[in-house]
Amino acid sequence: MSVTTKTSPSEVLLSHLQQNINSFAGVAELRAAALESFSKLGLPSVKDEDYRKTPITKAIEGFTFEVVKSTAINPTDFTISELEGYPVVFIDGEFSAAHSVLPKTVQVLPIQEALQSHPAIISKHLGAYADYKKDSFVALNTAGWTSGLFVHVPENIVLDKPIIVYNIIRNAGIHLQRNLIVVEKNSELTIVEKTVSSDGCFFNSVTEGAVDENSGLNYYTVQNNDGNHIEFNHKQLVQKNSSRIHAYTFTLGGKLVRNNLNLILDGSNCDSYMNGVYLLKGDSICDNHTIADHTQPHSQSNELYKGALEGKSKAIFNGRIYVRPQAQKTNAFQSNRNILLSEDSTIHTKPQLEIWADDVKCSHGCTSGQLDEEALFYLRTRGLGKDTAKAMLLYAFIGEVIDRIKIPALRSYVDHLVSDRLHKNF
Amino acid sequence: MLSIKNLGAKIEDNQILNGINLEVKAGEVHAIMGPNGSGKSTLASVLAGREEYEVTSGEVRFRDADLLELSPEDRAREGIFLAFQYPVEIPGVSTINFMKTAVNQIRKYRGMEPLDAVSFLGLMKEKMKLVEIDQSLLNRALNEGFSGGEKKRNEIFQMAMLEPKLAILDETDSGLDIDALRIVANGVNTLRSKDNATIVVTHYQRLLDYIVPDYVHVLYKGRIVKSGTKELALELEAKGYDWIKDEVEVA
Repeated sequence: MSVTTKTSPSEVLLSHLQQNINSFAGVAELRAAALESFSKLGLPSVKDEDYRKTPITKAIEGFTFEVVKSTAINPTDFTISELEGYPVVFIDGEFSAAHSVLPKTVQVLPIQEALQSHPAIISKHLGAYADYKKDSFVALNTAGWTSGLFVHVPENIVLDKPIIVYNIIRNAGIHLQRNLIVVEKNSELTIVEKTVSSDGCFFNSVTEGAVDENSGLNYYTVQNNDGNHIEFNHKQLVQKNSSRIHAYTFTLGGKLVRNNLNLILDGSNCDSYMNGVYLLKGDSICDNHTIADHTQPHSQSNELYKGALEGKSKAIFNGRIYVRPQAQKTNAFQSNRNILLSEDSTIHTKPQLEIWADDVKCSHGCTSGQLDEEALFYLRTRGLGKDTAKAMLLYAFIGEVIDRIKIPALRSYVDHLVSDRLHKNF
Repeated sequence: MLSIKNLGAKIEDNQILNGINLEVKAGEVHAIMGPNGSGKSTLASVLAGREEYEVTSGEVRFRDADLLELSPEDRAREGIFLAFQYPVEIPGVSTINFMKTAVNQIRKYRGMEPLDAVSFLGLMKEKMKLVEIDQSLLNRALNEGFSGGEKKRNEIFQMAMLEPKLAILDETDSGLDIDALRIVANGVNTLRSKDNATIVVTHYQRLLDYIVPDYVHVLYKGRIVKSGTKELALELEAKGYDWIKDEVEVA
């Protein structure tokens, strides 16, 4: 066995961060603190409880920040046709004005520009929610991001169409993207996020969102990349009194996708919905870690994640519900249901409820199993072929989540992706 | 149409059918009766192709086909229909959607063009009347939250849509009140013709007041131990099954 000196992934990252630490004015302190945290934490190992089943550190070994510019891109290759909205396009991390259409009533700009143009909002929110002291990848992102999306919705604005964020990544390597979404009082915003990578990459995206009183945020994330794509997608959304958040995560591809979706219900009468679908094949890994953190009384959260796994794929679901001592009259529901379509597929599902209040309604449930044989037989006795019957049952199973998509054109787009994957041809 | 010779079947280590012989011709209605555990539902399941049962002997010819060689879906496409004793609830699949797929897959198997939406809807409306079933029920998830009567009416509705050559009704009368029973029986009778046949599996004579059989067979310990006409059913109703059991034991 020959011994070669390899630079460890942690070292590669650290050296990059140190070189770029001063790249943006206004966030130097935050970056320095995050860098310090990252150098302490290092990349997670499989001994780390939060990454025990998710070998992301191994997957990004050898990845660098080198950027190789490649050929021109064609918008029709990545856009969701039929879906009306304001496209906001990032190509290899750079905002592309040529491909974007910005709304007039809402401020949408690259976050690095917002450092100058909206310093008060930046200093209030950026780095205030996503905890770089706990998670290595959040620390990495906070210390080293180079671009991202900034959205500010002023009070009393209901944006007429969704902002559709396309992250086009043409080359391998590490991409750190930082997004900040601020929705002021009595406003409403919908974001659709789709990442398209063509050559395999490590896409590390951290989004912080603040939704103020009586406002609503709908956030759709579509992950449908090929088998080389590695993603860490962290969303930390904080909501105030009487606000609504509907978060949707659809994962249909990628080598390894880790989603952290953390909702902080920091107000009363909040409504939070977390909906997720993962359809995996080959040796894909998808890990959804979610948190609904109830800190105030009279709010409700409702979570439904469903998955179907083929081949040697693996899914991890870890759903935490926290009900803090003062959060009386909380309603919190969580459900994770899985269908294993092959003997070699694996699901690790783990609900975690931590409840300090005594007058609450909380429930959780997780199931994993095969398709219902009795239902399959029933459909076949009516003349449906075995494959059609299977596809129909799977489609119905996943459909419960798809039906929750509020935008018809997006629903039909996701429906189409799901139908294709399930080999549904009826 | 259907010819069963010396059919034996078991599930796991339980031998349930022990040499069934039965001939069913087009235009006929056969009732299969018998005490609990005699193998009535097993016979229906084996004919429909339920895979948990292992056929241990005999053969079944259906029209020109070796029935036991066919998958459940191909049996349906050849013209067999099983009305379930316990219709399955399937969340997220509406009766209408799955019937449309079923009708068209059967048509494709028979080399026919698929029905377009308008023709399908027309067919559906016609068949709905037959079992007095409302469209709102058919738009809902299959059998989910349906009453017992609604489930059985839905079975007969599906049967009407698929127009089978041989319908097997497995305890269709169980759990039905008299009105639902009348509706279900009326549906079955309307669908009767000289070209198709029906096997009615039942524990009670009651259903046979409405669906009048040409032949009645008594199944006991996995064999047909007595056959007769509809009068046999009345005799069973009056005297119970014990005298049959005694006859068999003596023999």
